[in-house]
Amino acid sequence: MASETSDIERLIQLLAKLPGLGPRSARRAALYLIRRRAQLMEPLAQALAEAAANIRTCTACGNIDTADPCGICTDPRRDASLICIVEGVADLWALERTAAFRGRYHVLGGVLSALDGVGPDELNIAGLVRRASEQQVKEMIIATGATVDGQTTAHYLAERLKGLDVTVSRLAHGVPVGGELDYLDDGTITAALKDRRPF
Amino acid sequence: MDWADEGIVLSARKHGESAAIVTLLTRAHGRHLGLVHGGAGRRGRGVYQPGNRVAARWRARLSEHLGTYVCELERSVAAAFLDDPARLAGLSAACAVAEATLPERESHPAVFEAMLALLEAFETPGWDQAYVRWELGLLQELGFGLDLSKCAATGVKDALVYVSPRTGRALSLSAGGRWRDRLLPLPGFLIGQPGAGTVADGLALTGYFLERHVLSPGQRSLPAARTRLAERFAPR
Repeated sequence: MASETSDIERLIQLLAKLPGLGPRSARRAALYLIRRRAQLMEPLAQALAEAAANIRTCTACGNIDTADPCGICTDPRRDASLICIVEGVADLWALERTAAFRGRYHVLGGVLSALDGVGPDELNIAGLVRRASEQQVKEMIIATGATVDGQTTAHYLAERLKGLDVTVSRLAHGVPVGGELDYLDDGTITAALKDRRPF
Repeated sequence: MDWADEGIVLSARKHGESAAIVTLLTRAHGRHLGLVHGGAGRRGRGVYQPGNRVAARWRARLSEHLGTYVCELERSVAAAFLDDPARLAGLSAACAVAEATLPERESHPAVFEAMLALLEAFETPGWDQAYVRWELGLLQELGFGLDLSKCAATGVKDALVYVSPRTGRALSLSAGGRWRDRLLPLPGFLIGQPGAGTVADGLALTGYFLERHVLSPGQRSLPAARTRLAERFAPR
């Protein structure tokens, strides 16, 4: 009995470490899993074990996948001349959800941050410069966040890519789809005004 | 404990899932930290960008607690410079230097006023020289002001071109000439000669004394953002 209790306690403690879950919600999730042991708990445990064993970081772009190079890098339907530079895998997934970009990616693994001690050496920049020098690459789209750190990183990358035979562009900043000016913060409106373009 | 004050965001460090520990430079309470619920979330992130001006309310049960901030954005300064690499570097450096050098919870209204003036100056062509003057003022406020009024050796007030790295006092061309390799160049724009001297020399001068008097005793060096700003102005 004591061993079973400690197993459950351990499960709750581990679940409580997941984002969005505190001890109380972890307890609810644990109970839910225990009640659906065959349908959910065992397949979940198996999926977790397989993912832990198979997931690796793509040596070409920094994406995570079960294969190296990843599925995006090896997909022949993707435009190899276009590379979109993102801060992290979550940003890559966000762009993939839109299905609006059919090129390849490069995951930096963060942004330059004086506060967190992240310098250029801590980011996947050497690999980026190497890829930019490849003959097939024509354009690099910098898609770092519209934050001070994100844009500092973007300017740094633009400097590093200067002189290479590649077009460097960045995502537009401004009014989001469905956004009304009255509800936007003044920073977004300022950026939108600066980035205005002729009709 | 409860107070309201004007503030300038110096930094925001993510805490947990969506909260942030925000450092503000406030007018009456100096450099002051506080927890902001939702500060690193989708809505808060835009507000807590370095350089932004906010109206802040701080609350805690005891004064020594970290406490929580509730802030309202008054002016989004950072957004105006996101496209300008040099000004963005200047803004990041100013916030990082203020964060690294100012003591916590010690009122420095002069530094706050100077920071406000610097944020305004970023919109003008001479922002780079204003930045150097701001660091000079910061040194003064922290008790390590440089004496650039007259030559330390001869007392003359003309042709001041060097600063002694040991005393922080100006030296004239004739007095310092012999040791010029060991002296720091004094850019003319710091002594009322607009346009004279280079920003690189100014940054080297203030950076040297900030590091020596303020940061080195705590085994720290200039923040990376400040180093990148100096590299931007370094002669190529």
